[in-house]
Amino acid sequence: MSTILLRNLRVEADDYTLLADDAALPATGKLIVSYSRWQAEREALLASGRVIGVKIPNTIDIAGVLPEIADRPLIALDFPAFPDGRAYSQARLLAERFAYKGELRATGKAVVRDQIGFMVRCGFTSFELREGQDPAACLAAIHEFSVPYQQAADHAQPVFLRRRA
Amino acid sequence: MYQYDEYDQKLVDERVAQFRDQTRRYLAGELPDDEYRMLRLRNGLYVQRFAPMLRVAIPYGLLSSKQVRMLGHIARTYDKGYGHLTTRQNIQFNWPTLESVPDILADLASVQMHAIQTSGNCIRNFTSDHLAGVAADELVDPRPYCEIARQWATLHPEFNWLPRKFKIAISASTTDRAATRVHDIGVHIVRNEHGELGYTMYVGGGLGRTPIIGVKLRDFLPEADLLSYCEAVLRVYNRLGRRDNIYKARIKILVKETGPAKFAEMVEAEWAQIKDSYLKLTQADLDRVKQHFSQPRYDAAAADDSSYAAQLAAHPAFAAWTRRNLKAHRVPGYSAVFASLKAKGVAPGDIDAAQLDAVADLADRYSFGEVRVTHTQNLVFADVAQKDLYPLWQALAGIGLATPNIGLLTDVICCPGLDFCSLSNASSIAVAEEIFERFENLDDQHDIGDIKLNMSGCMNGCGHHSVGHIGILGVDKKGEEWYQITLGGSSSNDASLGDRTGPSVSRADIADAVQNLIETYLAERHSEDESFLDCYRRVGMAPFKTRLYAKVEAEA
Repeated sequence: MSTILLRNLRVEADDYTLLADDAALPATGKLIVSYSRWQAEREALLASGRVIGVKIPNTIDIAGVLPEIADRPLIALDFPAFPDGRAYSQARLLAERFAYKGELRATGKAVVRDQIGFMVRCGFTSFELREGQDPAACLAAIHEFSVPYQQAADHAQPVFLRRRA
Repeated sequence: MYQYDEYDQKLVDERVAQFRDQTRRYLAGELPDDEYRMLRLRNGLYVQRFAPMLRVAIPYGLLSSKQVRMLGHIARTYDKGYGHLTTRQNIQFNWPTLESVPDILADLASVQMHAIQTSGNCIRNFTSDHLAGVAADELVDPRPYCEIARQWATLHPEFNWLPRKFKIAISASTTDRAATRVHDIGVHIVRNEHGELGYTMYVGGGLGRTPIIGVKLRDFLPEADLLSYCEAVLRVYNRLGRRDNIYKARIKILVKETGPAKFAEMVEAEWAQIKDSYLKLTQADLDRVKQHFSQPRYDAAAADDSSYAAQLAAHPAFAAWTRRNLKAHRVPGYSAVFASLKAKGVAPGDIDAAQLDAVADLADRYSFGEVRVTHTQNLVFADVAQKDLYPLWQALAGIGLATPNIGLLTDVICCPGLDFCSLSNASSIAVAEEIFERFENLDDQHDIGDIKLNMSGCMNGCGHHSVGHIGILGVDKKGEEWYQITLGGSSSNDASLGDRTGPSVSRADIADAVQNLIETYLAERHSEDESFLDCYRRVGMAPFKTRLYAKVEAEA
């Protein structure tokens, strides 16, 4: 079963493969490895010349690991349970404070239409939809709210700036 | 008061549409139960013992007459004809059907109201002083700051899925009437030695299962930095707050386990990164919101009225009511008037549709079209000219809202308890009723003087029992209702948690127990000027305990 990926506000084929920690590197294709594997095998993985993204657990302090991951083309942040919102803070730090420009991917149990709008606001740029999600409905949900109160990582102009104008 | 502009209105309208669709999907079986639960909670909707319960936000306690009429309409149309004021400046409806809630929310949105984030693990309704804008001991009106913060917190993209609920209270007066020290963040608006406005920030207070008084995190935070500092606190909490155990998930546990000094250090480090960001408030932002809270057109000659003195002399019952239910106003000739929702035979905080309609009319006639709700579950008409006090009293008496007991023993703070709530272990309303009957005699109550009796049906503490001068907590013992008693709690400036008297007492004995405590106080106090709380703090637990357990049967 292939995951549905939303990226750049449309359904796209996922060109990355999530590699299990004990799996050997396949011959071709872009890869996502766990943060622990990245830590352990960084030199070898870099030497492989492959395109490799890293999946970060939501318990990790982003500022602390930034030097190790800032140059990755993809960082995946995880929502291990529907109500566990730690990755929202990780995403804002990456996208806003550290100006991460690669693909910032949301994975896990909260990647559904009812939370995707918040994710876009916090700087996620791609979404591995949870099984059973209707991609069209998820795309529509991004625009459920037309004006935000807060400035965040997306570039929506918040209410307080519109009022100042 | 604050008036929505097109943006505020759009947001609540879009929220209604979103929730309508979520409810439709749930009823169609397209949305899992536990996810719909979390989404509906963020729109104030619980499923309770008998029916759903909808909690509607009353930001910082302020309502227009138009909004009050809409609450009456909702009570009449979707409920059994009444609502219940909570201890957090919300109103709850106990009997709507789940299917009707999107319509109720649409009705609320039509009068600039909502139920957004009144439950769930997110930033809740902002609470404040019910005398804001009129109190003599106020530095500045806290409501503009509450409104600015309310907007910041509403649908905050980063903080909608916190480890646990998060409550913020803002106070700007010498006497803390907003119980700020028992909130996740308590904000005191202050001036520093240079005359600049700012905030003293308290963090990690809370009631519930593990009551804790908040610790001071910062003596003085500049006025422009309220949102950035709150964002720093929330970010540290969202990252590090415990999610493995619901009972240890509040920020108070994080502050305690981390240590206040270390926690403050982490907040300061985060704050340093964002304090000069867009979160900095500008004078123009503040002024824009402040103009919504400009003073009403007071009558400069209000104090010249002579009818008030004549009415006081002629009507002892009116005079007795003015002694308890009026509070000083900063404008000569005006008073803040409390309408008591603690009448005999009525659950504390309950108000019916006819009363709501009447309150709206009275607000229009006598108080510039506004009314406030208090965390002590009463109503306040904040701007009443002295010539209008007598007719207002008569009108309130006619609808059962003129009980002259504000701050007295029968002005009980009380949760819905076992009668409605699915969490509760024991009745609270019935006990409140029994205490009301026992102490109904007003002369006796006046003799007892200022006292806070707070009662919760379970350790979640919605009745704020931990900070009652007398606190009563319902506990379940093998299917029977028992009550634990605490003494000496306070949510004011001298905030403290009550001390347990000892073993809990039975349902049959709880009213006797309260009477024993009151008799002990009357016997022990220095004079009538020594309040129950002061007396307890002076003499300690021993005499209260002796008398309490000598007469009632405690649980073995």
